[in-house]
Amino acid sequence: MSIPNEGRFAKPVERRDFLGLAALGSFCLTSAAAILGSLKLPMPSVLPEADSRIKIGPPDRFAPGSATNFPERSLWVHRDGSGIYAISAICTHLGCVTKREKDGSFHCPCHGSKFAADGTVTGGPAPKGLEYLKVSRLPSGELVVDLQKKVPAQERLAV
Amino acid sequence: MNGFKTFLQNLRELPQTVRYSLIRHGTPSSDRARSQAVFSNFFLHIQATRVHKHTLKFATTLGLGIIAMAMFLILCISGVLLMVYYKPATDQAYDSLKDIIFVVPTGRMMRNIHRWAAHGMVLVVLLHMARVFFTGSYKGPRQFNWALGMVLLILTLALSFTGYLLPWDQLAYWAITIGANIAQSPREITDALGITEQFDPGGMQKTLLLGASSVGQEALIRFYVLHVAVLPVALLLALGVHFWRIRKDGGLARPDDVNEKLGADRREHGREIFPALQQADAKPTRTYGLMAMVRGKSPAVDRGPEHTVPAWPNLFYAEMAVAMFSTAVIVALAYFLDAPLKERANPSVPENPAKAPWYFLGLQEMVSYSAFMGGVGIPSIVVIGLGLIPYLDREERPNDVGVWFGGPEGRKVCLLSLLFSVLSCVAILAFTVKYGWLRNWIPSISQLWITAFNPGTLFVGLYAAWSLLILKRTNSTRMAALALFTCFIVSFFILTYFATFLRGPNWDFYWSQSDWPVH
Repeated sequence: MSIPNEGRFAKPVERRDFLGLAALGSFCLTSAAAILGSLKLPMPSVLPEADSRIKIGPPDRFAPGSATNFPERSLWVHRDGSGIYAISAICTHLGCVTKREKDGSFHCPCHGSKFAADGTVTGGPAPKGLEYLKVSRLPSGELVVDLQKKVPAQERLAV
Repeated sequence: MNGFKTFLQNLRELPQTVRYSLIRHGTPSSDRARSQAVFSNFFLHIQATRVHKHTLKFATTLGLGIIAMAMFLILCISGVLLMVYYKPATDQAYDSLKDIIFVVPTGRMMRNIHRWAAHGMVLVVLLHMARVFFTGSYKGPRQFNWALGMVLLILTLALSFTGYLLPWDQLAYWAITIGANIAQSPREITDALGITEQFDPGGMQKTLLLGASSVGQEALIRFYVLHVAVLPVALLLALGVHFWRIRKDGGLARPDDVNEKLGADRREHGREIFPALQQADAKPTRTYGLMAMVRGKSPAVDRGPEHTVPAWPNLFYAEMAVAMFSTAVIVALAYFLDAPLKERANPSVPENPAKAPWYFLGLQEMVSYSAFMGGVGIPSIVVIGLGLIPYLDREERPNDVGVWFGGPEGRKVCLLSLLFSVLSCVAILAFTVKYGWLRNWIPSISQLWITAFNPGTLFVGLYAAWSLLILKRTNSTRMAALALFTCFIVSFFILTYFATFLRGPNWDFYWSQSDWPVH
């Protein structure tokens, strides 16, 4: 039994079909544009967050060889022979806050990632070392850490 | 005066006329009338008017689909009630939970019901999937309904995940932080390739989900909207199609020889059920009204009504019994067990260990090998693989559809696969716990190696190889599918058990919770 209209697209498109297809096409196109346009709304252009830059005090607040914690910002500020550096305690695996152990290393409670005192990854699933954050000096001499600005690992601010 | 009389008469007959406008027939007193009632009632017509006896057997379905449906209804009702008091704001959510538990009349009970029904729904949906798979019910013409089932599974899990944040306790906060970072984990790849600056799908996903760079007010309101509006509506829509397809696909799957096995059809109440069919020249020609106009053929056509019974009352009683049983179990659970509520969310101190709900713990074990593979890669492979099963296994075996584990040969394959997957899963887990993984041996190794080659991908590779081996041995795609699915379900439960009971603080291995260090 032959099915009517089967294989009609093999033939040249007739005027009636063309107009129908054009109507359908423009309907689909406008709908898609409307939906895609609406989807722009949930993508925030400005993140509703506090200033990412925080003042941490003058350099002499940090004794050489010390590590100072800013628990509210999950931040550790270290000072060694060559300068000051700030490490984010947020695990690079899935965002838990790592805990600094007595030997200076960082352990993540969520999936067992381990980092050395200088942030390099030593074990667990973390794909990379802890983030180094930008430390800069204000004209007043006070230090500022920018939590959004990452700098290459091991970079230090000479003091 | 005539008009007044007519009005009075209309008033007198109001109950009857309203009733007739609502239901076009009286209380149906015969099977035929009841079938007509099922057919013409909006709420009942989702059911067929007659069901096969095999469908009604407990062993055919274990009632799992109806239990899942009952759980969903319980969740809708208890959820709407909880919405009356719940406030989706970071500074009020936790307090409103405390109010619901300690002040609101029946609030604690309602929250318990909502929580246990949610866990129950996930469990039952998984079991329902296993039932459909092992009875071969995904085979044509039911392929699409299986794929739709995968959509429903994902929606169920998404509902659980979004609901998890709402109490705004420590567990909620950290589970969602981990979940949102899993959404960001494509960065594991883009970072390793050094292209995150230009192309960052992971970061985009996380920002879209949270509306911010960390879990906060924006995330809470987004999850709330998804949980109470977007996802339930989507699930209801998919559920409607899922049910509708059951009818359009010819009812529940049943074995080819089921009618022969059931023997001669019994007469109902001593009468012939289908007088029209008993005439000498009559053929079973059940059809639908529209069939004359639309092309194609319904799977139900040309199948006789032998061994079917009226849906009202046979199927309806069974469904009501299952729904009552499910409700009773949930109410009993809610009465005896309180849903946990931890301390208020604290963004600077994570829970240790921070564990997701049980059905995500298998995933959590896998993200502890690689965030991207365990959280995005392998779940995608599994979901796409499961969804494609009916399209890749189109084999028509005798006595397969509607038969548990595909008959004797299939049972053997399932048992072998059970053995294989238990042994390999336990062996790989034990090895990983004892010796660690690549990073412990070569600290400077590139992340791409670990992403591509970790215990999680090893599971996938091993099971795929096993399934191919079965395919080669048996020359049957159904046997290969049985092998693969058995491995999947076994490893899912082993990983879930492992992560639930044997992982402790810092995700370290402990034989028992009593060995956890005090901190």
